[in-house]
Amino acid sequence: MKVTGAQAIIKCLKEQGVEVIFGFPGGAVIDLYDELEKSDITHVLVRHEQAAVHAADAYGRVKGDVGVALVTSGPGATNTVTGIASAYMDSIPLVVFTGQVPTALIGNDAFQEVDIVGITRPCTKHNYLVKDANELVSIIREAFYIARTGRPGPVLIDLPKDVVNSKINFEEPTPIKMQTYRPTYEPHPGQIAKACKEILKAKKPVVYAGGGVIASNSNEDLTELATKLNMPVTMTLMGLGGFPGTHKLSMGMLGMHGTYYANMAVSQCDLLIAIGARFDDRVTGKIAAFAPYAKIIHVDIDPTSISKNVKVDIPIVADCKHALIAMNRWFDVQEDFKEKEQEEKTSPWIDEINDWKRKHPLGYVEEGDIIKPQYVVQKLHELTNGDAIISTEVGQNQMWAAQFYHFNLPRHFLTSGGLGVMGYGFPAAIGAQMAAPGRTIIDIAGDGSLQMNIQELATARQYKCPVKVAILNNNFLGMVRQWQELFYDKRYAATGLEVAPDFVKVAQAYGAVGLRATKVSEVVPVIKEALATDNTVFMDFVIAREEGVYPMVPAGKATTEMLLV
Amino acid sequence: MKHTISVLLQNKPGVLSRVTGLFSGRGFNIESLCVAETLDPGVSCLTLVTRGPDPIIEQITKQLHKLIDVIKVVDISESDYVEREMVLIRVKAEANTRAEVLRVIDIFRGKVVDVSPKSYAVEITGPRSKIKAVIDILKPIGIQEIVRTGTIAMARAKKF
Ligand SMILES: Cc1ncc(C[n+]2csc(CCOP(=O)(O)OP(=O)(O)O)c2C)c(N)n1
Repeated sequence: MKVTGAQAIIKCLKEQGVEVIFGFPGGAVIDLYDELEKSDITHVLVRHEQAAVHAADAYGRVKGDVGVALVTSGPGATNTVTGIASAYMDSIPLVVFTGQVPTALIGNDAFQEVDIVGITRPCTKHNYLVKDANELVSIIREAFYIARTGRPGPVLIDLPKDVVNSKINFEEPTPIKMQTYRPTYEPHPGQIAKACKEILKAKKPVVYAGGGVIASNSNEDLTELATKLNMPVTMTLMGLGGFPGTHKLSMGMLGMHGTYYANMAVSQCDLLIAIGARFDDRVTGKIAAFAPYAKIIHVDIDPTSISKNVKVDIPIVADCKHALIAMNRWFDVQEDFKEKEQEEKTSPWIDEINDWKRKHPLGYVEEGDIIKPQYVVQKLHELTNGDAIISTEVGQNQMWAAQFYHFNLPRHFLTSGGLGVMGYGFPAAIGAQMAAPGRTIIDIAGDGSLQMNIQELATARQYKCPVKVAILNNNFLGMVRQWQELFYDKRYAATGLEVAPDFVKVAQAYGAVGLRATKVSEVVPVIKEALATDNTVFMDFVIAREEGVYPMVPAGKATTEMLLV
Repeated sequence: MKHTISVLLQNKPGVLSRVTGLFSGRGFNIESLCVAETLDPGVSCLTLVTRGPDPIIEQITKQLHKLIDVIKVVDISESDYVEREMVLIRVKAEANTRAEVLRVIDIFRGKVVDVSPKSYAVEITGPRSKIKAVIDILKPIGIQEIVRTGTIAMARAKKF
């Protein structure tokens, strides 16, 4: 069948099950937009291309599928880079289409020409410049395949205008087989047996779960393993929700702003079972002091993650789900394995952890009428029964959300973990709402970060996304201020936001709702009103200005050297 | 430790920059890099020489392998292998040194590929150690220009 390039792209999107894409038009993609308009794919017109990518990222996370963004050439393309880099660091599947000048003009410094394939090479899983229209269809199919398989990630496809306008043959899909790309899903049975034997030997095991658990949808398998073996679980920022946060074996998050008990447990454990996590520096602190007494088992689908930062004793290259199922099965068929005995074996260790939990729980100091941000997050948790989908900006807001909203389910916490992009949360909330129309979506925001993509209020309104933004307004770039307070003698260089908008009025200017709370007693009424409002809402919580995030492990220190509340 | 890594990759635009970008972006060093088509014009063979402690070399091979266009990565220095490099040297050759230069070239089984009244351009092939030796000897005589290919290498066939 002969079709135009644009028609072929739409057909490919349909074939991939794409229902919603996020984008912003321009000359180089005008033909594609013309075709898109005729299709039943919903296009969400963002107000900045960075937001299109964050929204697509969140949409994909919530749906458990590939998010899609479409932008024009030149500045449209360069505006996507932050979003792409964030998705790359967080292993989020995306396909980003960028317009490009006609092939004949490439290399001529044509109007709005930029080498976006060159620019994004280090921050995409793979990328393509479609030079030959006959390769267009196979490239799109391959791109989706690469984005969603193995360790997921963003793939960019650069579309010269003449390619989009050419007439091509559209052939029906055949199964994708790539000679050079074959991710390993199945674990090596020998390694599984080795790991399981090591687990049986351990008296003080700790499971350290990361985003891989969520990407592979293996939260239930993880819960099965942890409960079967009575092992405490700690999660990375990306792993939150991979194991129920309110479970008695949960130790919450570990690392720089992790819980006291998670960091203590890792420092004392005799076996660390890392599942879909990558030993990031925010998790390990000083490497030499990280899990110093532990043998380390590491399950990851990406071989480069294994023994990159920390030497691993038992590497298992596999999809987390396959590996967890294999481990669970190994114990199930072990005749002399008795859950009861295992429980007794690790219970002194659990007791020790519970002591730490009692000694230094997550907490904060109340200060009369002044609103504490942690209190706001606690109330958000309470009033949404803990099952809202939460996105965050970056900084203190992000850490308070991670600490105090105890995520029980995967795909409920959307944050820019690896790259730490201020401005992620609001567009992400919009993307999440497009993926889950009936659900409560809350962006827990800092006043600084929100201003990085505040223009998306228009998008939220246009697509009737009743997302709620809880601004923890300290009138500071709070996280940086906290470092200055602790390590720079309180010299607050460039962290005071001297001019700030009236967030209530900003919301109103876009036809959204703005609410404000300035004292503790107003917090709950504001949240209740926001939750009852079928419109986009900004909740401006004026919080204790110099509140800090604790515990805190100073950068480069051992994770046991925590500053506590 | 020095490692010679052989990489088979799909011969597509931008592939080389994926490889070099990987090295610069992650701070791995490249001592030399040599790339050309194989018998199959769709596949290139790239030989690179790098140096680093074992964990870094492990990362390098894994990261190379992770590139979608890479077909195969072998650290050939892990087993027995042959390596060759070619160098073109323009060396000063005036009345009093012409004979001397020719003698040196002959000892190293080199060839004169260009002659002028005041210089010879010579071609020498061999492992890096031999290339270094010839350069060291010709330097005092006067090297005017030098171009090296970088190392190419091949694992030796099993002997039994
Ligand atoms: C795009 C971007 N620029 C700069 C930073 C560095 N940074 C990290 S946290 C932070 C402060 C964020 O302030 P705010 O959004 O008000 O949140 P708070 O920490 O006060 O909760 C800054 C500037 C970043 N993460 N992202």
